[in-house]
Amino acid sequence: MNAETRPLIKPQESGVSTVAAMRAVFSRDMKVAFRQRQDLLNPLLFFVMVVTLFPLGVSPEVSFLREAGAGILWVAALLSVLLSLDHLFRHDFDDGTLEQLVLQPQPLFLLVLAKTLAHWVLTGLPLVLLAPVLGVMVHLEGNSIAVLCLTLLIGTPVLSLIGSIGAALTLGLRSAGVLLSLLIIPLYIPVLIFGTGTVAAATEGAPVGAYVALMGAFLVLAITLAPFAAAAALRISLSNS
Amino acid sequence: MAFDSFTAFIAMEGHGPYVWTCYGVFFLLVAAMMVWSWRRHQAELKSCRRVHEAADGSGRGSAQPTPATFTRVKVSQD
Amino acid sequence: MWQIFHKLGSPKWFFGIATRLMPWLLAGALALLAVGLVWGLAFAPKDYLQGNSYRIIFIHVPSAFLAQSVYIMMASAAVVTLVWRMKLADVFVKAVAPVGLVLTFLALFTGAVWGKPTWGTWWIWDARLTSMLILLFLYGGAIALDRAINDEKSAARAVAVLVLVGVVNIPIIKYSVEWWNTLHQPATFKLTEKPSMPAEMWVPLLLSVLGLYLMFGWLACLRMQTEILVREQRTRWVKEHVLARRAG
Repeated sequence: MNAETRPLIKPQESGVSTVAAMRAVFSRDMKVAFRQRQDLLNPLLFFVMVVTLFPLGVSPEVSFLREAGAGILWVAALLSVLLSLDHLFRHDFDDGTLEQLVLQPQPLFLLVLAKTLAHWVLTGLPLVLLAPVLGVMVHLEGNSIAVLCLTLLIGTPVLSLIGSIGAALTLGLRSAGVLLSLLIIPLYIPVLIFGTGTVAAATEGAPVGAYVALMGAFLVLAITLAPFAAAAALRISLSNS
Repeated sequence: MAFDSFTAFIAMEGHGPYVWTCYGVFFLLVAAMMVWSWRRHQAELKSCRRVHEAADGSGRGSAQPTPATFTRVKVSQD
Repeated sequence: MWQIFHKLGSPKWFFGIATRLMPWLLAGALALLAVGLVWGLAFAPKDYLQGNSYRIIFIHVPSAFLAQSVYIMMASAAVVTLVWRMKLADVFVKAVAPVGLVLTFLALFTGAVWGKPTWGTWWIWDARLTSMLILLFLYGGAIALDRAINDEKSAARAVAVLVLVGVVNIPIIKYSVEWWNTLHQPATFKLTEKPSMPAEMWVPLLLSVLGLYLMFGWLACLRMQTEILVREQRTRWVKEHVLARRAG
């Protein structure tokens, strides 16, 4: 099948509106994910384990953990999102669903956006919900924990969106997992810097509104640009196979 | 000349090792890139020549001229 | 207009032009680098603050400068690959990415060695060095992706998408790294910022920057020619080219 083939049916003729198609893609991904619950738990377990390594490997002192805690949580969240990205398109690619998706009359980037949203709800959101517990374990203060959760709430969708580009580019390649990390980690650096920087500012009692707004700007930028790049990458990867 | 003697030039008032290491690595890497790219180019030229000579040699007997897209060239000549 | 555009995209045409251009590029590069670097090493006055270690600037700045502009050039070629599907743009990106990687490494290495006498340590998490390190990762990612995809055309287009995403991120990365730097270590003094540089310092610097640019031009032409030979091995003009050279 040639992925370059343009759909013959125009969106208005197909009878399914773009929003309905996005909703269908989203709910399908949710349903599939809830049938394989272990896959949902794995990134969370990984997140907890990586955080546990730091007190064991570096120091359990309250002063160290309080200073490094936000960074540890952010790095761990980043790594577990990275770990889960391989699943974003993989199953659909293997069973051919992805080719059908590409051939839909609705714009591909919006369907990719729906898929990425589902990915975030399934991995990013649970990480955000789990973060306060781990924040208490690394002795962060209440205010810092709140800011940390806020930055994760804004930051993890950005991670999923940028990650979708990498997942689409490495689709169907051997050793895709390692390659994906190589491609994506440099692009994650700004989010990481501002995520941890905002918490550091909050810990020092500085106002964080501007930083949070800036992270919001990252999110808007990622939502507008990343799905286009990911859709283009998907077409390339499918024409390759 | 910013230096009084050749030894002063080499020593650079104690900064010599740093400066000369940098210049050494710079020249080494740039030269290595040049030589390596050049050798790869020559090797590729050679392999193209071998492919086309082989095609000419085997095509001479037949009346048909060798087509430009000749698929038999994949056979290793080594 | 379109005819010129097509001609520019033709590998055969480029091959001929490059062959004629390369001796001049090489001669210019060697001459400019020789004059610039000898001037900088032996004749430029000593810096009053950093002493003679500042002479590393004459290779550090050209490498860093070129490392960044090669990435920008690759991004421009990536646009051409994705929009016009011009073969020559694919060839360019594939041919120069390793050169960009080496130049980025050189900028990092010379920066680190320069840091030892200046800051007293090999590595400092300075904003510029850190951005350079991230640029090195971006080059590495592009090369790794190119190697991982077997099909030439798909590889070129996938790398083009990656390079474009990277180039959108570069300003964001730079800005965030600078912000992070002010957060963690206020007021370290910068390697390459001088309030006013005398002409005896900046003229050789300019010469070596230009020299390295020409050197890059030569390398790019040569490596693109090699890549074209690989891709067009079976065409008639390549045959004529290689067989004519044997006879001559």
